[in-house]
Amino acid sequence: MAILEVQNIEKKFDHTSVLKDVSFSLEEGSALAIIGSSGSGKTTLLRCLNFLERPDGGKIIVKGETLFDSEVKGKERESEQRRKRLHFGMVFQSFNLFPQYTALENVMLAEKMLAAEQSDYKANKKEILAGIEKHGMELLDQMGLAERMYHYPHQLSGGQQQRVAIARALALHPDILCFDEPTSALDPELTGEVLKVIRSLADQKTTMIIVTHEMAFARDVADNIIFMDGGVIVEQGPARDVIEHPKEERTKQFLSRYTNG
Amino acid sequence: MFWSVTQSLLSGLWTTFELFIFTLAFSLPIGLLIALATLSKFKPLSSLMQVLVWIIRGTPLMLQLIVIFYGPGLWLEQNIWSGDEKGRITAAVVAFTINYACYFSVIFRGGIEGVPAGQREAGQVLGMTKTQIFFRITLLQMVKRVVPPMSNEIITLVKDTALARVIAAQELTFAGYSFMKSDGITWPLFYTGVFYLAFVGLLTLLFNRLERKLSYFR
Ligand SMILES: Nc1ncnc2c1ncn2[C@@H]1O[C@H](COP(=O)(O)OP(=O)(O)OP(=O)(O)O)[C@@H](O)[C@H]1O
Ligand SMILES: [Mg+2]
Repeated sequence: MAILEVQNIEKKFDHTSVLKDVSFSLEEGSALAIIGSSGSGKTTLLRCLNFLERPDGGKIIVKGETLFDSEVKGKERESEQRRKRLHFGMVFQSFNLFPQYTALENVMLAEKMLAAEQSDYKANKKEILAGIEKHGMELLDQMGLAERMYHYPHQLSGGQQQRVAIARALALHPDILCFDEPTSALDPELTGEVLKVIRSLADQKTTMIIVTHEMAFARDVADNIIFMDGGVIVEQGPARDVIEHPKEERTKQFLSRYTNG
Repeated sequence: MFWSVTQSLLSGLWTTFELFIFTLAFSLPIGLLIALATLSKFKPLSSLMQVLVWIIRGTPLMLQLIVIFYGPGLWLEQNIWSGDEKGRITAAVVAFTINYACYFSVIFRGGIEGVPAGQREAGQVLGMTKTQIFFRITLLQMVKRVVPPMSNEIITLVKDTALARVIAAQELTFAGYSFMKSDGITWPLFYTGVFYLAFVGLLTLLFNRLERKLSYFR
């Protein structure tokens, strides 16, 4: 069974439809790339999955549990919403690291907040915090940032900041990690280090959704690709097929801009 | 003469200091609450706060001071402020607090709105509560943004305490001025100015220090 089922998602801003009947599913341990021109609704889709936007229609099902169903009305409790959010991790285009915290503190913050709500927190505070710190250090080490743990975001390059953001998103063990154009805000010479990290996550069978403009990367790293245009999924399929042998005219046109440019 | 003037000014300085410190202690948190209420999605509350801020910023502080000190006595036919110096200082603190809380709220609001939405969203996707996001993420970034405009406003407060003279609170300016009236000498007025300059100078040093402390992040 698929780890994620997205069914008939609709999203309107004011009266313009930004997502129209978007449906797809994602297998555990696979990587999905979403490509498409500017304004096609890719960011909006990720924001819907992360509950930063509320879809106007459709369902989101993770591991068989319906996290969102537009048919179900009424407000949810904050704790319930938070629990659902934790199925997803999000890496933003502009990193959004917390400037007042070091790289390590950025990674540990949410885990600390969650731990403090556990009933056994007071009794085992020391061990719990030590465990969180160890975990944070391991994650940063895995991102190749062992030397930069105590640096503040403004002391890091864009590529390093984005890798801290990836470690931060991984800290809470999300089922599905979402990336919104993780390298678009970076200087060209810094994109490589971030793509390398994402590639190694794919090798470790991390379930991921990656919105990207890097076609070669999408082809090599993703298992499947979705091409979006004007708020609809125009084409989806295995990565190689979509990139090398697109079926739809609109996909061909879109891709030709990358091969010729 | 110099000694008796100094003594009198020091006691006036103490009153000025009391007015300043109590006003600050109350108006900072109240200003933050007004800012949050103004930003609230609950429209009636937000509108009410905007009207309050408009009234308070749109009328002279001196007028507010007079209304608050004399108003209750005239409307309730019973003065809520005791007739002594303590009552006058309390009334002044109340008037200054209302006034400064409104000015501070505008600064706080700008500071909160200045923190990029991406910061809150990053907290949200990490499963943090609204309260955690405010205290752990937004607050310090806001504080950093508001320190420069706040220090201006707080320095203005030092000098605005002199307005308490109109309800006969014996603050620093009152003390300096009384020598001109009784002895016809003007030098205590300049001496009074020196006290204000020292007070403001000290505050400026403190604010510079705070700004430097917060310069560890951007
Ligand atoms: N908060 C919003 N209010 C109104 N319209 C919005 C909002 N967010 C996005 N839109 C509109 O929705 C459409 C899709 O935007 P979205 O950001 O999802 O596109 P995208 O595919 O991520 O584009 P890009 O490649 O430029 O990042 C755009 O036309 C955009 O103007
Ligand atoms: Mg986008």
